[in-house]
Amino acid sequence: MTKNTLATGLIWLAAILVSGVFFWLLSDILIHGLPHLSWSFLVEAPRNAGRSGGIGSIIVSTVLILAVAMVTAAPLSLATAVLLSEFTRYDSVFGRLVRSSLDVLAGVPSIVFGLFGNAFFCIYLDLGFSILSGGLTLACMVLPILIRTAEEGLQATPNDYRLAAAALGMSRSAALVHLLLTTATPALVAGLMLGIGRAVAETAALIFTSGYVDRMPDSLFDSGRALSVHIYDLSMNVAGGDTNAYSSALVLIILLLIINSIAMNLAKQWLHRSVVTV
Amino acid sequence: MSLFIKPKNEPVDKTLTAEAYTLGPLQAGPPCCNPEPLIRVDNLSLHYGKKPALENVSLDIYKGCITALIGPSGCGKTSFLSVLNRMTDMIPDCRVSGNVHFDSKDLRHPALDVQRLRRDIGMIFQKPVPFPLSIRRNIELPLREHGMSKQAELNDVVQHVLLDVGLWDEVKDRLESSALALSGGQQQRLCIARALALQPKVLLMDEPCSALDPISSGVVEDLIQRLRGKYTVVIVTHNLAQARRIANYAGFFWIKDQRAGCLIEFGQCKQIFEAPAHELTAAYVNGSRG
Amino acid sequence: MSLSRADRQLITLLRGCALLAAVIVLLILLFLVKESWPVLQHVALTRFVSDASWHPVDGLYKLTPMLSATLYSTLGAVFLAAPLGIASALFSRYYAPPFLAGCYRRLIELLAGIPSVVYGFWGLITLAPLIGRLHPPGVSLLAGILVLTLMILPTVALTADAALAAVPIAYLRGAAALGLSRWGLISGVALPAARSGIIAGIMLAAGRAIGETMAVLMVAGNVVQQPLGLFDSVRTLTSNIALEMAYATGEHRAALFVSGVALMSTVLVVVGTAELLSREPHHD
Repeated sequence: MTKNTLATGLIWLAAILVSGVFFWLLSDILIHGLPHLSWSFLVEAPRNAGRSGGIGSIIVSTVLILAVAMVTAAPLSLATAVLLSEFTRYDSVFGRLVRSSLDVLAGVPSIVFGLFGNAFFCIYLDLGFSILSGGLTLACMVLPILIRTAEEGLQATPNDYRLAAAALGMSRSAALVHLLLTTATPALVAGLMLGIGRAVAETAALIFTSGYVDRMPDSLFDSGRALSVHIYDLSMNVAGGDTNAYSSALVLIILLLIINSIAMNLAKQWLHRSVVTV
Repeated sequence: MSLFIKPKNEPVDKTLTAEAYTLGPLQAGPPCCNPEPLIRVDNLSLHYGKKPALENVSLDIYKGCITALIGPSGCGKTSFLSVLNRMTDMIPDCRVSGNVHFDSKDLRHPALDVQRLRRDIGMIFQKPVPFPLSIRRNIELPLREHGMSKQAELNDVVQHVLLDVGLWDEVKDRLESSALALSGGQQQRLCIARALALQPKVLLMDEPCSALDPISSGVVEDLIQRLRGKYTVVIVTHNLAQARRIANYAGFFWIKDQRAGCLIEFGQCKQIFEAPAHELTAAYVNGSRG
Repeated sequence: MSLSRADRQLITLLRGCALLAAVIVLLILLFLVKESWPVLQHVALTRFVSDASWHPVDGLYKLTPMLSATLYSTLGAVFLAAPLGIASALFSRYYAPPFLAGCYRRLIELLAGIPSVVYGFWGLITLAPLIGRLHPPGVSLLAGILVLTLMILPTVALTADAALAAVPIAYLRGAAALGLSRWGLISGVALPAARSGIIAGIMLAAGRAIGETMAVLMVAGNVVQQPLGLFDSVRTLTSNIALEMAYATGEHRAALFVSGVALMSTVLVVVGTAELLSREPHHD
């Protein structure tokens, strides 16, 4: 057998193995999770430590935590991205400092974010185990992704617009608001979706910041349990929680699928737009 | 079918007649005689980092006239143009030295209000750059930025400038549609209308027809001719025939010793093309060099 | 620079925001050190390796079992994920028909987005019992390695794919014109040209494996013992923090923060090296 045929065989084998395992995983969750998935499952409160009932309060907590994270991170990252893309020379000291620190931030493991969130938001800022603490910790985590995608989106806008606007005597901020941001909007929203996807999948950072309580939160200062934490708790700490864990996992995956396809469609639309404007 | 596309067999010879083109309210003034200089450039030099782009260029731009800058690529003609409306400010590492006076004011003074300057000196780029907005908004946006806010006034200006450039009949029913849907020639005319809306004194044009097909190119060229008298136009062009057709004055640029661009000769258009003083100019205009 | 007043005000605001974003990393370092301080004051760093065992209640802070568990699980995962990931990239780029390649790539992208807790859950419910049938207890280093492999495989595959995409097509055409077979072309031209990108991807994946918490926590068994075999129950550094933070106080808590600092520095070194590799200029 020649090397070429051997290689071809092995590579096909690898691909089949990989897809096989993944289909096994996905179908497992689908088969066990779908039967218990229903509208009542989505809105009911968990009962009996989550063994029965639904995930209504969990979903509310998850949404609130995400909202806090995005409301905090989005403006901050847009501002930083605008500064880095429009008002800083690539080799300026300030620009390099900001970029390096963001690169480091992107590499910090999620459990370390959990430690930081606990020490800073829960204890130092005295927010305790709360949705606010969890959301703010997640905001720190998604900041690098949001900034990077926003910067790329802005860089991709045609430079001609900047020149033409300047030649018409328009200020940089006017050009930014009326032309660049509107052109880059699909890319910005796609980046936002990616950030949301990353945040929704996060568990370790939330365990010590937003808490474990599975009832409906009364306010942002209340503790809340996110969907990913719920799955963790059901599978590790609650005997017999597997069925609901399967369904919760299915909900989580479906949620991520929706978010990612929105992001991909927006990215395609953005690409299409910036190519068509010849 | 647009009124402004010439029938194909009409000869394109405009140098002999100064007759105003009367389509549209914009009418060209008579060819200037005894015009006064509006922009005086004295010993202008330009460097990008260490690389010199222009060396010791001195010329005058005369009011109400069309001045063509001719010469092969890379001679610094576009860089020269960028100095006149301070677009060189936007290029990092660009150093400009020398004097430029616009209307007796020092154009290169650091305290000059550059945004105001760019109302008086507008620029049209080689590739038409319509904003990704509606046709109306393309013209309104810079106007609003410069302080005009009443919708009635804005509507007036939009109609006026679109009539001037000959686009009004073509687009009056779709002012809210995207400017990106216009053809190349229409887009360039829109860009000119946009610049005219700010009531400039000078229009700088960097090869405005080179990215257009021949028919659109002809239409835009007609428009440029009609700007004579009311506006001062400085146009960079590779098309010698075009320069001959429309310009009153011409400046010939060349690269000196493979390094920086420089001005070889400047004078009345007729003189540059028919009786050039410098042998390089003669060689260039009759096609034996460049 | 010709800037209007509005522009100048905007820039000041933007600079403030950027500074805030940049400061977060410093804040993290600051608080990690601050929380580690109580234990660093009277426990020499060498004790984290030389103490008898990990019994924080009795003042014993030997982290070696956890460090070894992290090391072995990472190495095992990288050892499995690297060839599979590269093979996946080669498959979608050179072997699969276009439609299949697109599907496969989308599958990998989908899997990159699956949360670690779902991987861990599936590993706990399905994989661990299977391993347990081979050799109890099932929750083991092997389970950890397998789950980690699944998790970092998309990272390796996607970065390898990007690195291969960057190989100039002229190289491949030239090789094909010389009559090289498909594998010859790949092994002789494409892989060497994409090498630094692929290695950077593998290191990035390793960094991810080191920092992974939930999946490993759920399937590795969580017994604090030096891993001697694949079927031993182990506890990684990350799982240790996750499990004990809930009830740790005082010096114990500070010790966990110390392990957090160690974790962060290791990951940063690995990821930093990956960045340097991927920024290396292309050697022709």
